[in-house]
Amino acid sequence: MPTKETSAKLNRRKFLAAAAVAGAAGGVASAQAAAGPQTVQGPPRLPSALPPNAHVAAAETGAPEMPSSNEGKPGSDFMVDVIKTLDIKYVPSNPASSYRGLHESLINYGKNTMPEFLTCTHEESGVAMCHGYFKATGKPLMTLVHGVVGLQHASMAIYNAWCDRVPVLVVGGNDLDAAHRAPGVPTFHSGQDINAIVRDFTKWDDNPVSAQHFAQSFVRMYKIATTPPYGPVMMALDGGLQMEPVRDFGEPLYIPKFFPSAPPQGDLAAVKEAARLLANAERPVIVVDRAARTADGVRLLVELAELLQAPVVDQGNRMNFPNTHYLHRPANVVGQADVVIGMELSDYWATVNGFIDNGNDGFGQNLTKIKPNTKLISITSVELLTKSNYQDFQRFQSIDVSMPGDAEATLPSLIEAVKSAVANDRKDALSKRGDAIRQAHAKGLDATKQAAAIAWDASPISTARLAMEVYAQIKDLDWSLVSTSGNTSNWANRLWPMEKHYQWLGASGGYGVGYGAPASIGAALGNRDLGRFSVSIQSDGDLMYAPGVLWTAARHKIPLLAVMHNNRGYHQEVMHIQRLSNFRNRVANIGNDLAPIGTSIMNPDIAYHQLAQSMGWWAKGPITDPADLGPAIKEAVAVVKSGQPALVNVVTQPR
Amino acid sequence: MHFIRVCATALLLAVIAFASGVAGSSVALAASAEKGKTAFIQHGCWQCHDFNGQGSIATSNGKVIARTALPLDAFKSFVRTTNGAMPPFRPPVLSDDELDDIYAYLQSQPVPKPVSDIPLLNAARSQ
Repeated sequence: MPTKETSAKLNRRKFLAAAAVAGAAGGVASAQAAAGPQTVQGPPRLPSALPPNAHVAAAETGAPEMPSSNEGKPGSDFMVDVIKTLDIKYVPSNPASSYRGLHESLINYGKNTMPEFLTCTHEESGVAMCHGYFKATGKPLMTLVHGVVGLQHASMAIYNAWCDRVPVLVVGGNDLDAAHRAPGVPTFHSGQDINAIVRDFTKWDDNPVSAQHFAQSFVRMYKIATTPPYGPVMMALDGGLQMEPVRDFGEPLYIPKFFPSAPPQGDLAAVKEAARLLANAERPVIVVDRAARTADGVRLLVELAELLQAPVVDQGNRMNFPNTHYLHRPANVVGQADVVIGMELSDYWATVNGFIDNGNDGFGQNLTKIKPNTKLISITSVELLTKSNYQDFQRFQSIDVSMPGDAEATLPSLIEAVKSAVANDRKDALSKRGDAIRQAHAKGLDATKQAAAIAWDASPISTARLAMEVYAQIKDLDWSLVSTSGNTSNWANRLWPMEKHYQWLGASGGYGVGYGAPASIGAALGNRDLGRFSVSIQSDGDLMYAPGVLWTAARHKIPLLAVMHNNRGYHQEVMHIQRLSNFRNRVANIGNDLAPIGTSIMNPDIAYHQLAQSMGWWAKGPITDPADLGPAIKEAVAVVKSGQPALVNVVTQPR
Repeated sequence: MHFIRVCATALLLAVIAFASGVAGSSVALAASAEKGKTAFIQHGCWQCHDFNGQGSIATSNGKVIARTALPLDAFKSFVRTTNGAMPPFRPPVLSDDELDDIYAYLQSQPVPKPVSDIPLLNAARSQ
């Protein structure tokens, strides 16, 4: 049985340092031929039980134990070599001691490029920026988080990415060595298995224990995250592994080459059966949610819809189908369908069923939306990956032809199968069906515009007016609507012509509020590099979760036009409490506000324009007269075109 | 004289009939759009129907209640008994007088401009 002293002498880090082979990383291409790591002597570590006290502060702020310069290349430098092979452009992160080794290597050894560190003021912001960036560019980012508390902050945003099927590479610093990590705060912030915090809503996680293990796992996590169904992945990164010199255990270190996996496709026999049902249907309906992620995906959906002359319902978690196309139709067309094909739907049950929450016994009413013998077809990659705890899989829906596979990847074979299945003598009937849909589309568009005209000159400003005042100022630009947090009755999607896949990036996925502001800024970052103009409709409640991301946008010169939908309340909750009060036959207590106590954001009203100004944004407001709105947005657009973010605070109607 | 009395009575009945036709009942004649606006806000109608009764696809299934075509009695009956997505507003929560006022407020909403007179809407998507 070793004594305490003996154990200390054999501690992991000292052992590893002693065993390190000089120049172990010599076989790995270096990103920098700079001088090796510096030896920094920190204050002696003292026993400490609880913060805050001087000892803990010293441990928290003191310099880490570092290998001397003759002990070889720091592990975190090798990690940077690995990261640099994967085309990761940015690392939006909140700084933390548990990943200081990697942080230092990224900005010094890696020269803070590919990836570039972007300073965030909240871990949730870092993750959501990655989320928005991916949807704008199709490329994943990495974010670094502190062990335990940082990851806890990040967790809601990771859940949103999970539900929205978006890859995010999350790396969490963690001091695993209980005998040698700093006592006090760093120990509070360490965990035996920090990945457990997010394991239920990540595709994969790992906790590498060697440099080579890191290389394999990092490339693996990138591959897993970017293979449909996309999703966030997690790596716990030991502080000691970042600090200690790389070792090769007698075999040269290597970085595995990344080759993307082909996305899974629907089974060919099932594709043929789906095509047969669709080709012979009298009233087929195509419903899409996250089906198209590229321009090609949109093109393929248009081809399928035109082949079948079938209406397309775009549920809007991506820009799947052009709303200017005559086959673009509202959700209620499923009521007439004899065959429905759903592609990458987040909730098939609610696509074909309705639910009225009438407050009775907490159950509500279930109603079917479709005819009894309607055949249902599904293509979704999400069937390939389902976990148990969190209920993002929604209610169970029986499906006649179910294809676990990626919809966009399956579309070419489905289109070919439909071409073969449509009989020549059906083509006239299909053409007539298309004519009828064209008329319905035109009629629906007129009705939408007439609805938008109601309360056009009202104050607070109507959400339809808000949307169209914005559009008037950006319509000649290559615009991208990166987010509409809150709910503005979908006016932008109903009235703006949306034809390109990046003109609408969808919602949060998990409806975790606080997504809108940081995801918009992440998307704007991606759009900036692609030469697009980014605009968001920003709700008040969403912004107040982590408004510090406004500073990140100003600090890193991320141009975004944010137009506030300032309805002065958590409006979803406003209505919940009001409705429940009514069902219980009670007058809702609104206190001194307009809405039930606890749901308003007023008294005092928040000056969002001043909040933004304080963090380096150009901003204007509050705008209450609709006549003032256009000129204010025009000014803001000019600022954004110059490369800066701008915010217009608009006092709006609730929805 | 009798003829005059008959004519006067007929005129009175005509006025009452006209008023009933417009507002659904003579009670509504006493209703106040201004008080109705207050009640509309205090009782939370605005939350789903917006401040001007234009509604929303998100909260009122796109239903517009500004200048509703429902007669007053039908309007009141619906508000009292609905048990769907809209909660019922029963007398302990909302009085008859307040309902009359709310109806008057909704009827007082201006007729929207034609779309053709709104240049921004003409810039909206087309087929």
